[in-house]
Amino acid sequence: MSDQSLPADRRPWILLSPALVFITALVVVPMAFILVYSFYENIDLAQDVPAFQFGNWQELLTDSYYRTAIWKTLRLSLIVTGLAAVLGYIPAYVIAMTRYRHKWLLLLLLIIPFWISFIIRTLSWIHIFGNQGALNGLLGLLGLTEAPLSIMYTEFTVIVGFIHVFLPYMILNIYVSLEGIDQNLEPAARTLGATPWQAFREVTLPLSLPGLAAGCLLVFVLTGGSYVTPLILGGPSDFLFGNLVYDAVVTELNWPMGATLSFALLLFLGSVVVLYSKLMGMDQLSKAFGR
Amino acid sequence: MRVWSLLKFYTVLVYAFMFAPILVVLALAFNASQFGGFPIEGLSLRWFYKLAENEAIIRAMRTSLALGALTALIATTLGVLASLALVRYQFPGKAFITTFLISPVLVPETVLAVGLLIFLRWLHMPRSFALLVIGHSIIALPFIVLVVQARLVGIRKDYEEAARSLGASPFQTFREVTLPLLLPAVFAGALFAFTISFDNITATIFWRPSGLETVPTQIFGMLRNSVSPEINALGFVMICITVGLPLLAGAVARYFSRKKI
Repeated sequence: MSDQSLPADRRPWILLSPALVFITALVVVPMAFILVYSFYENIDLAQDVPAFQFGNWQELLTDSYYRTAIWKTLRLSLIVTGLAAVLGYIPAYVIAMTRYRHKWLLLLLLIIPFWISFIIRTLSWIHIFGNQGALNGLLGLLGLTEAPLSIMYTEFTVIVGFIHVFLPYMILNIYVSLEGIDQNLEPAARTLGATPWQAFREVTLPLSLPGLAAGCLLVFVLTGGSYVTPLILGGPSDFLFGNLVYDAVVTELNWPMGATLSFALLLFLGSVVVLYSKLMGMDQLSKAFGR
Repeated sequence: MRVWSLLKFYTVLVYAFMFAPILVVLALAFNASQFGGFPIEGLSLRWFYKLAENEAIIRAMRTSLALGALTALIATTLGVLASLALVRYQFPGKAFITTFLISPVLVPETVLAVGLLIFLRWLHMPRSFALLVIGHSIIALPFIVLVVQARLVGIRKDYEEAARSLGASPFQTFREVTLPLLLPAVFAGALFAFTISFDNITATIFWRPSGLETVPTQIFGMLRNSVSPEINALGFVMICITVGLPLLAGAVARYFSRKKI
């Protein structure tokens, strides 16, 4: 390392340049290509000609099929985010506040799902809700049902699958912000006459909002961009916007439409991220991962 | 304290929700039945033997392992260099650069996948294994930067300055002081990159050349009809690899750091 001869202020840029070039060439430039391609014209399977026309965008905005998908994606993402927040807040609170000696174990158990294959975690719900699943087996054993209930391949199982995979993100983000709160604040509020609930609502809850918001953003964006979960756990009518991208690119080989749909998805989820960063800044997001 | 007990009970239920389905997969891997679901008709290793004979899965496993290793190499190299710059130096535009390096996380993988494909199409290049390596590295890079950066903050610059003042050359300092201190961070980053690549399906489906399967896409293809018992056995093996490896690494790291003190 002969960096002694280099001026000090050039050194960080030399270290950074491979990563910056990599991201610019493989993320930023391709995004520009998506935009350009969205104006191209599709002629036939995998056949397109360069053009500057708004046919694809017009189709996206006027065809009711695409509008249904946008609506479904928004609805499902909101449901998943809301449920994940409700399910995740209390465990995060308990882990942050507990004096349990093996708290590290509770945290480790939150990390472990990240290591387990997404597809295995997702298909595991077929073993719970499927015709040969644990739930139907139990109901049959108890004599409560004559034939297996068809729960599988519905919007419900898609939602459960999403929450199952994204819940650790939510809990970790809330936990990180709860843990940063001075442990004496709640007792202080109590001595000043607040009830436990008041102390929580007026002190702890507002201070944990950044973590909650970061968790919600992640879950919302991750759900809104998916397409694999509905393919595994959903029925034919359970599709998200991402599934349209998949169909256009992988099945129909309609690249211009695939590009248009991708760019629309990027705009939609990107605007959510921008809105978030205007309100909260980007620091909180990196905290949960940096651990 | 009644409330606290309720909260704890709720927490236990949430943990059960997170792990029960996974435990079911682990248990069903040993089911002797020819179907992938319940009831459990006796314990058997037959599906593991079947798995070992399944050439398609073995091939997919080899592909995934190679892909994960190459991704770890590229993403960790880029990530560690960038993290060093971010932690060790002050320079104008640092906040923006940090955001820029992490921003691919916030681009939906579907969009990332289509973007890279269209770029390749414009270059008249077909899908290839190299595309998967490069693509997975892009997906892993932001996570590596976040993880490695957090670890680097803990390493004090004093040690290097001490080595320099005692007459070590910059290269000697890097090799004998910085690198050993860096290694845990590098290792953690590489492991993370490997897991991200090994697990990826969303972008992989777009990027893989026809005929090439990774373990997740292979499972995805096998799922068309029902969950076969072989998938359960494969799930068992994968969980052992991806959970066992980091746990083992953590235990080894703790063992060595204890020995040093």
